[in-house]
Amino acid sequence: MTTLPILTFLIFFPILGCVGLFFLKRPRTVRVYAMAVSLGEMVLALPLLRFKTDTGGFQFVESVPWVPAWDLNYFLGVDGISLLMVGLTVIMLPVCVLCSWASVRERVKEFHICLLVSGAVCVGVFSALDLVLFYLFYEAILIPIYLMIAIWGGEGRDRASLKFILYTLAGSALLLVVVIAFRISGDTFSIPELMKLDFPYRFQCLVFSAMALAFAVKTPLFPFHTWLPSAYVQAPIAGTVLLSAVLAKMGAYGFLRLCVPLAPSAADFFAPLMIAMSIASILYGGVVALGQTDIKRIIAYSSLAHMGFVVLGIFLFNVKGAQGAVLQMVNHGITTGALFVMVGFLYARSGSTELSQNQGLGKVLPAFMGFWGLLAFAGFGFPGTNNFVGEFLVLTGVFERNLWVGAITVPGALLAAAYMLRPTQKMAWGEPSRAGKWVDLKGREWACLLPLAFLVLYLGLAPSLFLKVMNPALEELLSPFGVRQTPIELSTNTPGHSGSVPAGKETFRISMQEPLRP
Amino acid sequence: MKGNILLIVPELYQLLLLGLLFIQSIAGKTRAPDVEKWLPWGAGVGVLIAAFCLDLEGVLFSECYRVDGLSQFFKWLLALGFALTVLNAHRSPELPNDKRSEYYLFLALSVWGFMILASCVELMCIFLALELASFSLFPLVPLRGEKREAAEAAVKYVFFGAAATVISLFGFSYILASQHTTFLKQLISLPWNVCSNPMAVAGLALFLCGMLFKLALFPFHSWAPDVYQGAGNETSAYISTMPKVGAVVVLIRFVPVFKPGLDITIILAALAAVSMTYGNLAALVQKDVKRLLGYSAIAHAGYILVGMVAGTALGVSAAAFYTFIYVLMNFTCFWVVCRVSEDGRNLQLSDLDGLHERTPVLALVLTIGAVALVGLPPTAGFMGKLFLLTAAWNRGVNWLVIIGAVNVAVSLYYYLNIIRHAYTKADPNEKAVPIIRPLFSGIWGGVLAAVVVLFGVFPGPLFSIALKVGYGILGK
Repeated sequence: MTTLPILTFLIFFPILGCVGLFFLKRPRTVRVYAMAVSLGEMVLALPLLRFKTDTGGFQFVESVPWVPAWDLNYFLGVDGISLLMVGLTVIMLPVCVLCSWASVRERVKEFHICLLVSGAVCVGVFSALDLVLFYLFYEAILIPIYLMIAIWGGEGRDRASLKFILYTLAGSALLLVVVIAFRISGDTFSIPELMKLDFPYRFQCLVFSAMALAFAVKTPLFPFHTWLPSAYVQAPIAGTVLLSAVLAKMGAYGFLRLCVPLAPSAADFFAPLMIAMSIASILYGGVVALGQTDIKRIIAYSSLAHMGFVVLGIFLFNVKGAQGAVLQMVNHGITTGALFVMVGFLYARSGSTELSQNQGLGKVLPAFMGFWGLLAFAGFGFPGTNNFVGEFLVLTGVFERNLWVGAITVPGALLAAAYMLRPTQKMAWGEPSRAGKWVDLKGREWACLLPLAFLVLYLGLAPSLFLKVMNPALEELLSPFGVRQTPIELSTNTPGHSGSVPAGKETFRISMQEPLRP
Repeated sequence: MKGNILLIVPELYQLLLLGLLFIQSIAGKTRAPDVEKWLPWGAGVGVLIAAFCLDLEGVLFSECYRVDGLSQFFKWLLALGFALTVLNAHRSPELPNDKRSEYYLFLALSVWGFMILASCVELMCIFLALELASFSLFPLVPLRGEKREAAEAAVKYVFFGAAATVISLFGFSYILASQHTTFLKQLISLPWNVCSNPMAVAGLALFLCGMLFKLALFPFHSWAPDVYQGAGNETSAYISTMPKVGAVVVLIRFVPVFKPGLDITIILAALAAVSMTYGNLAALVQKDVKRLLGYSAIAHAGYILVGMVAGTALGVSAAAFYTFIYVLMNFTCFWVVCRVSEDGRNLQLSDLDGLHERTPVLALVLTIGAVALVGLPPTAGFMGKLFLLTAAWNRGVNWLVIIGAVNVAVSLYYYLNIIRHAYTKADPNEKAVPIIRPLFSGIWGGVLAAVVVLFGVFPGPLFSIALKVGYGILGK
């Protein structure tokens, strides 16, 4: 087994690539160069395919002392969940470069620097195993994304970018305190080490609340989503793609990597609240998406709904739910990312993202509408597409947990069909059409969409490889929760301390009162 | 222990610079600008000398003067600050040519005072060194063309400074009366709680007022924004950093007294919290860039104090580290302010509009400086805050840590305002005025920004030097 620091390469290769960008002048050269760097990043990621799917734990681990005085380590590694996220980031990076080929005309060099740095930082977030390193990447991503929205965004970019960064940073302000509290209470910054520790219940509740706030803003979840529409709509296309496909995953990933494993008892206690918030996201996102007239906005709100499914799956604490959640994270990245890319292509032709300006494309742009149809169907989870598998697993998980909760979730899935089919129908056959002389997809646009469309179908028809990758990690994640099928069974469990987490309503009450006992 | 002249090389070198500046100032008014030809080099050599003296230790002058990790670290920082100030004031448009030598003379004298202060371990010496440093600082403020605001700022600074000094001296008399010694070594082993020794605690509190005034900590902050606004740009850069360094040194010397749970510690912790919050909230509405940085300085004074109330070696080291970083971050921002304000006027936020079109390099430097002041990774500001807050956790002031973390989010808005003006607003003037001497400003600005990022990514080496500060004061 060679010990090449693959993850370090993945983080630093794009950053080194940026150094080269400083010396380039012509926009075209810059684009080609950035494309080469992002493809190089994909090649560098190939060794990750050697990931062993039969064992749990972290692989490709690198650990170097960083600041010995504070016990900080440069500690990287991936398990099944983060591997998928790293893969998603690496795939989306060239897509971002390609989709901004024509749309970004000013300060091309700086734009691509922002893009490559963002890509590198995203890989960092998903592979960091040291809490401080995680926090460092988690916050550092704000700056390039902020600049992307603020400089290359649409009309309302000033307000949108401000709202985005203030909201996210305010949400994660207490995350720093959590990092510090873990360091002092657990005596280490290493996430795998902290996972083994058993923190007092009260402590868990406090850190869980702080972390959940940060990640709920980033994901976003229902009452914390208000930055989302403006940021998604105002950002340049590549920015929107990054925001929806990768950044949104950071929130969900935070739940999976920190909230649930480090504070399992608290996660169990707060699960009903989290489930309620995610169902609210699904329903609210769906209803609002239905009422939009701007295509970009429709996708933005649908993104809110999809992320609701992800968080819902995480907090069900059963295997199907978690599988669905992680799969849905990947799916949402691919599908929503691709949909936003297509909106960008449309904008390049019509100069508007309003539905009324982009009608009747069926005859003129058949290839475009073909792709759109596929992605839109994937967007509402049509059987055979990737989202179907994810949503189906989550829904099964919900029904396993509770019939009534499942019953509330189903309208969310139906809403998705409504809000995706409405724009699709108008775009294909709507009247009056302005599309008379528009050109259909060009080679570059094909190159952008084909791989994503392939993934949509591949994941939809043969998701077993991905499930195999994530399963060991999910088993570890769920191990403190026991294998549980229905809540009724669980209530017969013996009440335990925070290590083996009690669940179900009766034991719940006991665990809530525990800290009050002398 | 016998005195060794080699122990005080940085001070002697500074004295040599002082002598040269004095000769230059009486040599004749016509040749005054010559001073700028050699002084930056001279100050640069001073930084190197101070860096070589980092490991010295010893006691001099009847045990009033102590050379240790703490003093050497801060002397190095002071030499660095002096060099940066000199570089920053290079060909400043507002300094009258015939007063240039005097300006640098007083500047060097003030730095010399702070350097001596860094080594003093006896209350009387501390007091004298502090006064030497402050008095030579006062004449710098009005040296700004013929501006009335500068004179106003100078008057405010002198009056507030004098009042603080008097209070400090008054407290000094109480300490002497109740503890019967002025040597810090003995003072720190004496009891400092209100029940057993109320007079001493009152005295110490009053004595510290003088230091907190220099630190611009709430409620001794009111001079800071006004003086920053009134003084010349490069003078503000100096006033916002070096006196703070001096105050931090003295406070660190007193840290062994601040045991957790003592009344004086709790008061300091409360002041730190109020200072952070007040500084950040007041900065939110500022339009004048220097005034904004003035309020940010008040907030940062609060942060530095967090490390001291932690009362551990790591905490003290974190405070020293943060002070170092703060000097760098602040100079990074002021560097851009001084370069953009080509005629020396006070910059409004709107003057920064479209900066990235005029000079992309300076816009980037300003962004890095501002991001570091917020405390976002991957800059040194983040590492500094992380160390400070980690040191203070579970030391009885968890509420202070939480307030500190929340304040990061509050402060983001106004620092971001700077970045917003530089990047998102268009330049109101059609013909963009390029910056004078782009190479000079670009290179040094770039170096400053690079150092700020570098210490954020590799804080280890610098922190290991800062660690000697903590171990020297509190032991391992």
